[in-house]
Amino acid sequence: MEKPEDLLLDIQHLHTAFRVGDDFYDAVDDVNLTLRKDEILAIVGESGSGKSTLATSIIGLHNPLNTKVTGDILYNNLNLVGLNEPIYNRIRGNDIGMIFQDPLAALNPLMRIGDQIAETLVYHTKMTKEQRDARVLELLAQVGIPNPQRTFRQYPHELSGGMRQRIVIAIAIACKPPIIIADEPTTALDVTIQAQILDLLRDIQKETHSGIILITHDLGVVAETADRVAVMYAGQMVELGTAQDVFAHPTHPYTRSLLRSMPQADADDDELHVIQGVVPSLKNMQMTGCRFAERIPWVPETAHEATPTMHEVGPDHFVQCTCYKTFHFQDEDATQSEG
Amino acid sequence: MALIEIRDLKIHYPIRSGFWNRVTDHVLAVDGVNFDIEEGETYGLIGESGSGKSTIGKAIVGLEPVTSGHIFYKGEDITKASNRKRLKYNKDVQMIFQDSLSSLNPRKRIEDIIAEPIRNFSNLTPTEERKRVQELLDIVGMPSDAMYKYPHEFSGGQRQRIGVARAVATNPKLIIADEPVSALDLSVQAQVLNFMKRIQQEYNISYLFISHDLGVVKHMCKEMSIMHRGRFVEIGSKADIYNDPRHIYTKRLLSAIPDVKPADREANREHRKAIEAEFRDEENRYYDQNGRVYDLQQISQSHWAALPELKKDGEA
Repeated sequence: MEKPEDLLLDIQHLHTAFRVGDDFYDAVDDVNLTLRKDEILAIVGESGSGKSTLATSIIGLHNPLNTKVTGDILYNNLNLVGLNEPIYNRIRGNDIGMIFQDPLAALNPLMRIGDQIAETLVYHTKMTKEQRDARVLELLAQVGIPNPQRTFRQYPHELSGGMRQRIVIAIAIACKPPIIIADEPTTALDVTIQAQILDLLRDIQKETHSGIILITHDLGVVAETADRVAVMYAGQMVELGTAQDVFAHPTHPYTRSLLRSMPQADADDDELHVIQGVVPSLKNMQMTGCRFAERIPWVPETAHEATPTMHEVGPDHFVQCTCYKTFHFQDEDATQSEG
Repeated sequence: MALIEIRDLKIHYPIRSGFWNRVTDHVLAVDGVNFDIEEGETYGLIGESGSGKSTIGKAIVGLEPVTSGHIFYKGEDITKASNRKRLKYNKDVQMIFQDSLSSLNPRKRIEDIIAEPIRNFSNLTPTEERKRVQELLDIVGMPSDAMYKYPHEFSGGQRQRIGVARAVATNPKLIIADEPVSALDLSVQAQVLNFMKRIQQEYNISYLFISHDLGVVKHMCKEMSIMHRGRFVEIGSKADIYNDPRHIYTKRLLSAIPDVKPADREANREHRKAIEAEFRDEENRYYDQNGRVYDLQQISQSHWAALPELKKDGEA
């Protein structure tokens, strides 16, 4: 199914637990996921679904005192879970680049743009100053900065939000990492700028053949850019498949409900679909059974699995729990969706 | 007659500089806009950050001093403070803010937050007041024990619903909703939008719906305008704007909306690239030499766009 040489990251049974009081609660609960070469993998979910925690677990940004990460994150036969800091520091930036949501917060306001991009190169490469400067100018041009020479000497506050996000992308790709993690890269930006940044990410992905993990809550962004999609709910992965499959044939009740609650372009003044209840908080999460069950109370308990597992519903398309088989919306005829 | 008529509204901020700190220039945040909000209707105001859309909203509630122009409420100019008081304008026009956490006082209980506008505008006994707060919480679908809690105890969607409850507390005629759902998750956004619609139908409230999200505006509004650089580039009905956009800026905004059909991805991208290229090449044609948006030209009965060439036709 998957050729081992195409595999960039292999995440197995990942749990990330946060300390609340004296107990640990799983914010990411038993996630199995692979990132392949040459693809954009989107992780989509609402706030509190654990999508950002998954990303920060991969890049190892958690404080070990308050967080427990267990399971395996395999990269080139190296397990990133519990890796010691000096080795991790060689991987961050060099093998895994990270793009953050708020570009202004991610950039140092007192450093010139050129020096900030070069910082990664200083740490990870043996380039001379001249080589570094040349590489930085090349990067600035690659991310579509109109006047690289000038921007090289500017400070972050002199640039617009879109330009700043381009700088953050330039920093992330400076060492040509095979893996790039983009955590809500366009949430702070206007729609027109968002479209430009997403196009840029796709172009970079095609040029460098890297694997990008795109974390977002915006289904539109996913549909426009991703090759594969992982839908997360309450710390668990509920659906995984190609973008085509997930959007054309959404299968898990959560995915179907989410797509239905979007204001649709062709639908008119109808009421929007509302998912009953709220996303459970870390402390109130039910630990056994299907976590989405309490939001679809009309589905009989027998439809769910006691311990939900992933089921293959098509080539490369997986869904958690058995409740998808009989699930129907309340206003739908039950027999219709079963057929 | 429309509920609110806005005529040639201008809001300019002075730029001070030099040794004497004298006014050297102005930022034209809002530069001559005209529109009407009908009773019981939702009017959409769309624009990117910095386009001046929130400034218009604030000016209507009276949070922003107007440089020149008029805002007529039921035919009377409320840019004058005396008229505002006589018409009970501040009672009839309320606002919902984008960030629900920062718009609720963290040290007040929900009861006091929702009761504040009631206390300002009417004399109710404590029991009547509590009953009214109870009613309002029912309207937005919150449990009654929410009354004794503090804002931090609620989720984002619940807080935004409390914001809606506070806004409808005085039975307003118009609610300015400044990006009411842009901080919310998709499923919660659906809840809040449904509540806003239901309340509108029940109490015949008008909304000025300010947003950058064209999908949400399309769902909520019949009439809308697109704003850029402090001026309107296009006004029209839903069908006019989404099916027949005339101004390059409107086309550009529409092409940037992500579509949920991955199959059309490449086609969308090509379309977007073409529009972007057109925007780069033809920007000068759609904006005058100072980068200002042209005056609006009427295209059909409900559709206006800031196009330059129609003007020349008219002169010739």
